[in-house]
Amino acid sequence: MTRPATDQVWKWLAEVPDPEIPAISLVDLGIIRDVAWQGDTLTVTITPTYSGCPATSVIAMDVEAALRAHGIEKLELKRQLSPAWTTDWLTEQGRAKLEAYGIAPPQPAGGPSRCPQCQSTNLERISQFGSTPCKATWRCRDCLEPFDYFKCI
Amino acid sequence: MTRDEALFEFLLRMGDNTLILGHRVSEWCGHSPVLEEDIALANTALDMIGQTQLWLGLAGEVEGKGRSADDLAFRRDAWDFRNVLLCELPNGDFGQTLMRQFLYDAWSLGMLDRLKTSSEARVAEIAEKALKEVTYHLERSGDTVIGLGDGTEESHTRMQKALDYLWPYVGEMFEKDKVDEVMIAAGIAPDPADLRPRYDETVSRVFAEATLTIPDGSYVHKGGRTGRMHTEHLGHLLTSMQWLQRAYPGAAW
Repeated sequence: MTRPATDQVWKWLAEVPDPEIPAISLVDLGIIRDVAWQGDTLTVTITPTYSGCPATSVIAMDVEAALRAHGIEKLELKRQLSPAWTTDWLTEQGRAKLEAYGIAPPQPAGGPSRCPQCQSTNLERISQFGSTPCKATWRCRDCLEPFDYFKCI
Repeated sequence: MTRDEALFEFLLRMGDNTLILGHRVSEWCGHSPVLEEDIALANTALDMIGQTQLWLGLAGEVEGKGRSADDLAFRRDAWDFRNVLLCELPNGDFGQTLMRQFLYDAWSLGMLDRLKTSSEARVAEIAEKALKEVTYHLERSGDTVIGLGDGTEESHTRMQKALDYLWPYVGEMFEKDKVDEVMIAAGIAPDPADLRPRYDETVSRVFAEATLTIPDGSYVHKGGRTGRMHTEHLGHLLTSMQWLQRAYPGAAW
């Protein structure tokens, strides 16, 4: 078979949704670190978000299924721990998609900048943790809606 | 003792700490006083089990006998575990669980911070990853110890009782034996005693704010990290944690 260009592979991966936050793609999340051909084998390097995140194995399966569907036959998935994943690797597009979905994107200050529903800045933290390892739970004191905040790490 | 024999022991100590404490914390799942705390404890447990997969995965690799992280977790008996005794102690009430977490997190943060620059690259990269998670755990466990210690009369009394019970188990984390000596000489891990000043500084600051007092006495319960003698609690934990793989060896889903 002909080897699709790595740019093309990146485009395919940009269409694979994160299994737990399907509003954003694996590329938006910043966990795809490298795509390269080694001979006739395509190597995709993935870094985990949190070491115990249960989505990690599902992500590997989804990447494999997506690339096989595009005709990639020889595929190697590599796990890379270092440098450790940081929310700085979320794409701008990913941050915008998170907010539109109702999840406040990470901020260096350690808390959300505004309520994703009503944009109020009058907020309080309910829990340092949330429904997935990467989120914390906050609430808006104005519209009273609780919402997820994507933790900054 | 060769470098790799010592490294295997060291990795078991790291992985068994996170495995046993992670399992203990997971026992809270569905039982916490409020939903938010339930989620927080489950997430903390999850991070620790994730770290266990990395530490014990590497331990199996270094040992070179084809044992996986799962084999090490589910197919060893109590005397082969190398966690410090602190990690296997029962949960007690919510305050005792968070006090135990705080005493462990403060040590873990100092240890991982040093392991980040380990001469063994595979150790350094696990430490780099775990450090981010533990920093977050320590922030929460420290804040909760302060909130409950400097809280109501009832919560203060319970937190002081938890500290009195757990403090004699702290010293074991700073003990040194032949395994550590090989690790120090190889530049893989720090001298455990070197972690003590920073640890004391962290816990003193938090306990001052929490209005809690470190109990008198220098007696140290130990024997977990060397495997010489665990408490009676470990076996009970293992019967529950290992039940499925003991009853149905090799079961997978």
